[in-house]
Amino acid sequence: MSEPAPSAASRNGEPLLAVTGLKKYFPIKEGLLIDRTVDYVRAVDDVSFEVRQGETLGLVGESGSGKSTTGYCVLRLLKPTAGSVRFDGEELTTMPRNALRRMRREMQIVFQDPYASLNPRMTIGDIVGEPLLVHKIGDRKRRRRTVEELLEVVGFNPDFVNRYPHEFSGGQRQRIGVARALALNPRLIVCDEPVSALDVSIQAQILNLLKDLQKAFGLAYLFIAHDLAVVREMSDKIAVMNHGKIVEMGSADEVYTNPRHEYTKALLASVPVPDPLKMRERKAERRKLKHVLAEAL
Amino acid sequence: MALLEVSDLRTYFKTREGEVHAVDGVSFNVEEGKVLGIVGESGCGKSVTSLSIMGLVQNPGRVVSGSVLFDGRELTTLTDRELEDVRGRSIAMIFQDPMTSLNPVLTIGTQITETLRRHMNLSSADAKKRAIELLEEVHIPDAARRLSDYPHRFSGGMRQRVMIAMAISCNPRLLIADEPTTALDVTVQAGVLDLLDELRIQHNMTMMMITHNMGVVAEVADDILVMYAGQVVEQAPAMDLFGRPEHPYTEALLASLPHLEGENVRNGRLVSIPGRPPDLLAPPEACRFAPRCKYAGLDDCNVVAPELREVRTGHWVRSAHPTSERTAVPVGAGAP
Ligand SMILES: Nc1ncnc2c1ncn2[C@@H]1O[C@H](COP(=O)(O)OP(=O)(O)OP(=O)(O)O)[C@@H](O)[C@H]1O
Ligand SMILES: Nc1ncnc2c1ncn2[C@@H]1O[C@H](COP(=O)(O)OP(=O)(O)OP(=O)(O)O)[C@@H](O)[C@H]1O
Ligand SMILES: [Mg+2]
Ligand SMILES: [Mg+2]
Repeated sequence: MSEPAPSAASRNGEPLLAVTGLKKYFPIKEGLLIDRTVDYVRAVDDVSFEVRQGETLGLVGESGSGKSTTGYCVLRLLKPTAGSVRFDGEELTTMPRNALRRMRREMQIVFQDPYASLNPRMTIGDIVGEPLLVHKIGDRKRRRRTVEELLEVVGFNPDFVNRYPHEFSGGQRQRIGVARALALNPRLIVCDEPVSALDVSIQAQILNLLKDLQKAFGLAYLFIAHDLAVVREMSDKIAVMNHGKIVEMGSADEVYTNPRHEYTKALLASVPVPDPLKMRERKAERRKLKHVLAEAL
Repeated sequence: MALLEVSDLRTYFKTREGEVHAVDGVSFNVEEGKVLGIVGESGCGKSVTSLSIMGLVQNPGRVVSGSVLFDGRELTTLTDRELEDVRGRSIAMIFQDPMTSLNPVLTIGTQITETLRRHMNLSSADAKKRAIELLEEVHIPDAARRLSDYPHRFSGGMRQRVMIAMAISCNPRLLIADEPTTALDVTVQAGVLDLLDELRIQHNMTMMMITHNMGVVAEVADDILVMYAGQVVEQAPAMDLFGRPEHPYTEALLASLPHLEGENVRNGRLVSIPGRPPDLLAPPEACRFAPRCKYAGLDDCNVVAPELREVRTGHWVRSAHPTSERTAVPVGAGAP
């Protein structure tokens, strides 16, 4: 693997990923014989952001705020209702299927659940190598070599290629997911809650790995999580989502040390921090924000 | 005398692969009116500890030895009927997922009044009146009307409030909360934790808060117990535990947490603990943390099982290398 060449977008000073006015509405249907759309869930409702090469944008928000839907729309795993998604200077929302297939090589995803996201009947080697096979890259021998290299990159013994997912722990499986996402030498990885299912002592291993890979390969991350500390740890910029909208966006330090939006303040004040002394201040802060928190009930 | 005294509790599960030593010699006290936090990673035995106290361990599990004294009374030898009585009146428990403890086909009102009538001998009119009071106490708006709702009409946070209402309905002296906020969003979690705190003070309850979240114990607990692989590895007052952690595991666990605050967080690396917790079918024979511990070296960490000992007043640790006794650099550190 090598650092990707500067892309068309970065040469023009355009961000690698530019999302503008993105909307995704899911119809709510009712009726016995004929489905009738009675309303819409506005899962993503006019969202705009940019991610530059080598940079991480953290997307935080509570359950149902629209984080995953945003990620899926970016990768066009879901078709947006409206808006524009430009990757490396090209519009994805209107791109024909075959061109999209080519673009998908550059954009990958790591899912939350390391247990559900790996096919239990495939060997580790086949799982990691599948994207290479699908995109018909290299011959068998070359693919095998790449897979071994990838396993090594994520801190695995390359001899593990013939083992099966059930032989590995959650953290190890998540590494396999990361190795697979790296197979096609992508420039952007959407990380959808990549450590939420893991124990803290294992979380740190994966977060460090993602940081190291970013440095080594100049990767850009759209990093989705509901854990505010995890997002801070990973991100240059942070966008806070609530009910399908980004309510606040800025540099990580700015958003966390000087939140402007009431919802961001409430969210931050709600996080229990591992420091009994600080907790007292936070409780007092929370009391001040009672009106915002009451809405969450 | 402490309200709850657990000594040398052992709970094992017989499985086809062998015996899982889920809880393996756990001892601790909970003083009246205090909050004890039990923290540890998935599978370390937190839930089995609380189920053992309540006499709720299911086959193939069995409390094989140890004693649980509640207000001076031994619980491990009680009959099922006697236990049932203790569970209803003296000790109450709330779980992570309220949906599994609430009956989906009965209204909230029916479920609360049933508990009240069974344990408190209330008439049906009185039970209903009390149920409304309880829902009001856990801040559920429009309580009287919501009695006739089914659980699915409530949000996750509201359901947990209903569970709390049921748990406190018989004025228990001890409330055991097993990951009560783990499935909730952080703003909702904050509300539930504030509520528990309020009720605990009003009702003079002693509490055990079980969680994997270091932040949650820091917020609620007076004393903290850290579990690892079926054992207590450290116990201390909250301030002392966070301020001066003694066990290499606790120390590493705290260092591995991502930072919410601080400068230049983004460019640092987290301290990570290599490997993963041991399989409880065949845990390491001596120190259970030794295989992952950076201080376990050529000494007898792999030979002698460390005892839980008091390194300073109220601060207990199970390690041959507690922070305050370490002088040398870790084995292997600094080597080229
Ligand atoms: N396929 C779908 N059909 C209908 N509604 C959907 C669909 N997918 C998502 N939604 C709704 O869209 C909203 C946003 O969901 P999304 O999964 O993006 O949230 P999220 O922020 O990722 O939440 P979580 O933290 O729980 O993963 C939710 O209200 C959800 O119920
Ligand atoms: N029915 C069972 N049969 C066999 N082993 C069991 C059974 N129930 C629990 N165990 C084992 O007992 C150990 C302790 O489990 P316990 O549920 O107490 O963990 P925990 O600390 O509560 O974890 P979590 O944070 O995931 O809830 C685990 O290793 C688990 O695999
Ligand atoms: Mg999601
Ligand atoms: Mg548990």
